[in-house]
Amino acid sequence: MAKVLMKGNEAIALAAIKGGVDAFYGYPITPQNEVPEYLSKHLIDAGKVFLQAESEVSAINMVYGAAGAGKRVMTSSSSPGIALKQEGISYIAAAELPCLIVSVMRGGPGLGGIQPSQADYYQATRGGGNGDYNLIVYAPESIQETIDTVKGAFDTADYYRNPVLVLVDGLIGQMMESVDFDRPTKKRDLKPKDWATTGTRNHPGRRNVANSLHLDPALLEQHNIHLQKKYKEIAENETQYEMINMENPDYVIVAYGTMARIARTAIEMLQEKGIKVGMIRPITIWPYPEKAFDAIPATTKGILCCELSMGQMLDDVLIANNGRHKVGFFGRAGGMVPDPEEIVDAIVNFTQRVVK
Amino acid sequence: MSEIKYAKSKGLTDTPLTYCPGCAHGIIHKLVAESLVELGLLDKAIAIASVGCSVFSYQFFNCDAQQAPHGRACAEATGIKRVLPDNIVFTYQGDGDLASIGIAETIHAANRGENITVIFVNNAIYGMTGGQMAPTSLIGQKTTTSQDGRDFAHHGNPIHISEMFATIEGVAYLERVSVYDPKHVIQAKKAIKKAFQYQEEKRGFTMIEVISTCPVNWGMKPTDAMDWVKDKMLPVFPLGLFKDKGDQNA
Repeated sequence: MAKVLMKGNEAIALAAIKGGVDAFYGYPITPQNEVPEYLSKHLIDAGKVFLQAESEVSAINMVYGAAGAGKRVMTSSSSPGIALKQEGISYIAAAELPCLIVSVMRGGPGLGGIQPSQADYYQATRGGGNGDYNLIVYAPESIQETIDTVKGAFDTADYYRNPVLVLVDGLIGQMMESVDFDRPTKKRDLKPKDWATTGTRNHPGRRNVANSLHLDPALLEQHNIHLQKKYKEIAENETQYEMINMENPDYVIVAYGTMARIARTAIEMLQEKGIKVGMIRPITIWPYPEKAFDAIPATTKGILCCELSMGQMLDDVLIANNGRHKVGFFGRAGGMVPDPEEIVDAIVNFTQRVVK
Repeated sequence: MSEIKYAKSKGLTDTPLTYCPGCAHGIIHKLVAESLVELGLLDKAIAIASVGCSVFSYQFFNCDAQQAPHGRACAEATGIKRVLPDNIVFTYQGDGDLASIGIAETIHAANRGENITVIFVNNAIYGMTGGQMAPTSLIGQKTTTSQDGRDFAHHGNPIHISEMFATIEGVAYLERVSVYDPKHVIQAKKAIKKAFQYQEEKRGFTMIEVISTCPVNWGMKPTDAMDWVKDKMLPVFPLGLFKDKGDQNA
């Protein structure tokens, strides 16, 4: 397939089809509506399942059911809608069921706004649902990278029996880019889903149960230790990031998604001013690429964390930096997407963010 | 040589039931299990356990199962049934789970005519959490959160699920039964079996509301609880057939 010009949300939908999605359950919310709209036609035409649920709460529990039944299932939503799905996401993670969740972030808190935002970093990486669980969270910066991520997401989810969250903002969802759907994804050795609830006639002598209840505290702790072991394995094998311009930089920007794109331009503008700036661009935000920070030379004057939020990934930057460099912050909120000049100014006038 | 006349259904596992002595959940579990076995559907059945006393039902029904978040059983059942349309999918829910926190999921599953079966056990109280007022608690009924009795002006009336669901086009079969005496146990079994039969024939949404007991939280002996069903609950929740689309299509 040659390159095509496609809108981000529709590209997510088509990439999911290419990735082998069997079922989509969702509920309308701006700015992700083109995902279910596209799938409502193309998934049903392909003989697969599309169902508009009565709520986000219901949609994520439909996902739970179908994931438990062993199918490749997904949902998509945006910030307040993802908030509603958190209960179900916690159950799915606890029951170790694979699925894909797409979050197209808008401004918050509350009903907030419908413009691009990155204010759901905490929601994506710190749960929101109850308990010690992690999602594998990808935060791509372009439609092409989003397509590649979504296409491979079902394999990743199946391999680890863990939900995958693809986190983009409304800008990536709504813009159009020239993209290729035929790029290869990582090959994984996938085992048959012999745990799926398909009826005992398909696995005689064994009842399959999807469950997150462990009333015996010792068993619950054992389950948590098992989950942590898996999360450690994921952190070791699946952490992804890009290093840009990192040879002896004066400053290092840390940014993901749309903000990383803006930062790329800012870095070029700063180069013209004679200021050498590198960038760490996390592609997975859980697991977080903490090791990337070891490559920042001692001579670097400071790290600037840039986000479309009031400072959420900043926590992970501070943890990864571990007191080695001065850390500053630049952020805009609620759809106020900055010009590169604003990042240039933030580097030129770099100040350490005072941590209270 | 002696002959076994009565045995535990093969539709139940050997896991001891966690229900309180005298609770009617055991009877209803048996009816569900026997129905699935007699119809030859057990090995393609997937049970959805809800939250409440029946949360452990995934350990009791001898088939595959999923345990759903509070109130979400019908959404989970929908998710499964849409991808496995030839399996038998049923939920087993109490009145708090279905008629309060899960009423939206249940209504919309019914409205879509999801080809699933809902076993709705109504005992007018939250059992698992210790006897709080349920949406189906009777006017005047004393619970731990309505200690002077349920009062219409403050709490509203007990909600009538079967009456409401009878108005929904997607419902293929809906009957309210009880298990307070052997005659009604036999009737309840017939209804549950018919609901599963309809699902196998892909006729649409089926629900059996079972008026049941909670001797412990009602503060009664099990036998008195059965009498309370007959004397107090049935006047508010009259038994009967609310909908049977199957007969029209037969």
